[in-house]
Amino acid sequence: MNSEERLIYMANQIATNLATDAAPVAAVADHIQAFWDPRMKRMIFAHGTDGLSPVAAAAIRLLADAQNGG
Amino acid sequence: MTYQPQKDFGTPESRSDAAVSLTIDGREVTVPAGTSVMRAAAEQGTSIPKLCATDSVKSYGSCRLCLVEIDGRRGTPASCTTQVEPGMVVRTQTPQLAKLRKGVMELYISDHPLDCLTCAANGDCELQDQAGAVGLRDVRYDVQATHLGQEKDHSNPYFDFDPSKCIACSRCIRACDEVQGTLALTMEGRGWDSKISAGFASDNFMGSECVSCGACVQACPTATLVEKKVVEVGTPERSVVTTCAYCGVGCTFRAEMRGEQLVRMVPYKDGKANRGHSCVKGRFAWGYAQHQERILKPMIRKSINDPWRAVEWDEAFAYTASELKRISAKYGRNALGGITSSRCTNEETFLVQKLVRAGFGNNNVDTCARVCHSPTGYGLKTTFGTSAGTQDFDSVEDSDVILIIGANPTDGHPVFASRMKRRLRGQDGRPGAKLIVIDPRRTDIVRSPHIEAQHHLPLRPGTNVAVLTAMAHVIVTEGLADEAFIRERCDWDEYSHWAEFVSQARNSPENLQPVTLVDAEDLRAAARLYATGGNGAIYYGLGVTEHSQGSSTVMAIANLAMATGNIGRSGVGVNPLRGQNNVQGACDMGSFPHELAGYRHISDHDARSLFEKDWGVTLDPEPGLRIPNMLDAAVDGVFKALYCQGEDILQSDPNTAHVSAGLAAMECVIVHDLFLNETANYAHIFLPGSTFLEKNGTFTNAERRIQPVRKVMTPMNGLEDWEVTQRLAQAMGLDWNYSHPSEIMDEIARLTPTFAGVSFARLDALGSLQWPVTADAPDGSPIMHIDGFVRGKGKFVVTDYVPTDEKTGPRFPLLLTTGRILSQYNVGAQTRRTENVAWHPEDLLEIHPVDAEDRGVKSGDWVKLASRAGETTLRANVTDRVAPGVVYTTFHHAVTQANVVTTDYSDWATNCPEYKVTAVQISASNGPTEWQEEYEAFSARARRVESGIAAE
Repeated sequence: MNSEERLIYMANQIATNLATDAAPVAAVADHIQAFWDPRMKRMIFAHGTDGLSPVAAAAIRLLADAQNGG
Repeated sequence: MTYQPQKDFGTPESRSDAAVSLTIDGREVTVPAGTSVMRAAAEQGTSIPKLCATDSVKSYGSCRLCLVEIDGRRGTPASCTTQVEPGMVVRTQTPQLAKLRKGVMELYISDHPLDCLTCAANGDCELQDQAGAVGLRDVRYDVQATHLGQEKDHSNPYFDFDPSKCIACSRCIRACDEVQGTLALTMEGRGWDSKISAGFASDNFMGSECVSCGACVQACPTATLVEKKVVEVGTPERSVVTTCAYCGVGCTFRAEMRGEQLVRMVPYKDGKANRGHSCVKGRFAWGYAQHQERILKPMIRKSINDPWRAVEWDEAFAYTASELKRISAKYGRNALGGITSSRCTNEETFLVQKLVRAGFGNNNVDTCARVCHSPTGYGLKTTFGTSAGTQDFDSVEDSDVILIIGANPTDGHPVFASRMKRRLRGQDGRPGAKLIVIDPRRTDIVRSPHIEAQHHLPLRPGTNVAVLTAMAHVIVTEGLADEAFIRERCDWDEYSHWAEFVSQARNSPENLQPVTLVDAEDLRAAARLYATGGNGAIYYGLGVTEHSQGSSTVMAIANLAMATGNIGRSGVGVNPLRGQNNVQGACDMGSFPHELAGYRHISDHDARSLFEKDWGVTLDPEPGLRIPNMLDAAVDGVFKALYCQGEDILQSDPNTAHVSAGLAAMECVIVHDLFLNETANYAHIFLPGSTFLEKNGTFTNAERRIQPVRKVMTPMNGLEDWEVTQRLAQAMGLDWNYSHPSEIMDEIARLTPTFAGVSFARLDALGSLQWPVTADAPDGSPIMHIDGFVRGKGKFVVTDYVPTDEKTGPRFPLLLTTGRILSQYNVGAQTRRTENVAWHPEDLLEIHPVDAEDRGVKSGDWVKLASRAGETTLRANVTDRVAPGVVYTTFHHAVTQANVVTTDYSDWATNCPEYKVTAVQISASNGPTEWQEEYEAFSARARRVESGIAAE
């Protein structure tokens, strides 16, 4: 898989594993914020939510909004 | 210091708290109850002659040399088997004793070759010393029959066995039994025919079950068992205490030297990690340090298609700095990065990450722990608050139940395994600890002499979380959880949420059995044993972490320990067995792209400010790239330069094709290593490294123990590794002026709260320190979370089982799992350049007889191992050690390149690769794969040096 496909895969994998968290969207967003480098974040923001699970997509939107807002 | 053998107290130390006072030769001495008279005498400086006694093994009382007189006792009891008593009055030197001892020695010497002057142990022989001590001047016997002239056994590559010099004291047998726990050696025959045997009469040492740990050689009082190196070069004349550079046990050794020549590495009795024991690697496999294939001059080239050109250091540093600056200017600062090594010292690792953060201006630094224990860091920090194991190694002596999951300690961590086995066997009437092993393979510790696991759960690879959740289900639903502990120490709401989850019927052992392939009743019994069997300790390794749910598994382990109250005292805990010598240290030193030293996130303003102020730079608050992300970015054309110290990512990292594509896409790959490793085939700059014998610094082992590494010889390349990094930093314009690694440690201590009390001076004084070393714990912290978790309340995390996406199917029906073997280490760069190849000359594929028969494969046949990622060939070893459907191999040999087969799948939280699960197919093969042939040709081209071919 190429880098973009890998990021989508990773985001979904994180979301799947944090699905049982009390606040999964925030948990996924926090995880990506803490461990992904800025380029990886930019790439997934630019990609949008295609191929992302609902939790992963919501987390990416949350992060992107925070980025734009901040 | 001038050479002195380590002091031998004759019998082991007593651990009793009660004190006993007695008088020996008119002087009063106080020792712990249970101490032998021999040891009490040695404690006060009185040396009682002895031969069959040594303090690494229990007293035996056979040589009759250590006789003493005791007031009120008849006869002359042996001091090694006589325990001290209050008010006892002992005499060690009387005319009667002298006469008896001389008679005993006379008998010994009458059957011993009198070739002292040409004997390898001349000057270092206890028999010789004792003959002198008892004043033996003559042997009156005209001996007709002797044991002299027997054939020597030279089969072991590291030591010789000369039965003619044996005095049948059996110290070697007892060391093999009690210290190593292999029980390979035995006494063959009886009476006059008694002879040490390596197993059956037909066995020599190499052909026997001997694991070449060296305990017998260490215990031998004569030259019967002696290192070949001593035979070759003579006895040492000085010694330096240092730390082994192999696995995460971190054994302390005395490097025994003649001038700058290393004669032998001898395990140090005062070493707190190894307590005087060793394995075949640390004890003997150091020949790589002087191997002819070491590269000693820096080399550069414009393209990997060019041959290497050797240059002087000045040119190498100037060229490297200019390339890094050029790439930074052209592609931006984020195009640069570095990889620190778990084989290097804390100080070297700290400097590499500092160079990246302060010099390159980004956080693109990662370490090889990415591919081994990064899930440990994530999992234990999340649950307990600290990215480290909870215990010291001594703790195992207080364990009642030992649970090993995804670790093979007898191969990977052999010296600690020996201590574990000692506890499992039981001792002095104390029953052994119970053992649970969760592993797809029947590892050696499952069943070995006097040890048999109560439960071996041979799970399907990739189902760790399901197995641990099922165990939790049993513990919670059967009311075995320690609720008092949980209420006091953990977040009760989080526990309740977790307990509700694990109690669901879908998480029962019966429901999960089709997934895990573990018998539900056996799993229930194992869970009950862990929860109710007393002190329960969990030890785990890469079979836990190197999965797509590696971090979840670590947290599931932490959940189990908290649920059963097995945290915060000796004998319990969660213990990651670290692969390489300084995995713990490399992680501690801020090698991860998201963390500064001491596990503080780079976005933490206060922590970052501390470093910014000290270093005089501004740090990027965003995390950098992890190793797999670096390779992806390289393939994307945005990551262009890599400084790789002491790692061989091409061989050790998964999906070799992807790693090589990433490296090939870079413009400047700097390899800083001892040898032209596989990664160096893609390098543009080679900076020669120094061995652990050639530099000063510290390693931190799996029990958080910071230990000194001491320079015993001049670096063959001229510079210690920290000096190389410093010179490179200076060439980049950084104002670094460390004159000794102790100054680097001072900086680490200044910037890292858990290292606040660490300095070289304190390490010299105490031998070692276990972090945290703080004002509250000035002498370190052997056991953590005693009164509370570092994070406050222990955190239960729900870990739902998520199957890996690496699926078996018709094309790839078998599951490959990988591991290591005792005699080899990691990518084999060191051990392949030693005589250890005698034990493991090639990687073999273990395959179950049923799977082998289905494919027409016999042991020794060449087979093709193919996965979705790639294929390689190696020879088969048909064995029921692996379950049907599972195959196994090691990754020690570059020619096999097992990682050609492993995939890109990785742990969800840390990107630690899923080495342990790859769907594969096995088929008959008659030669190397296309990849192997192409790679061999490429490798030969890539290693050319202008003046000739660099050997590899």
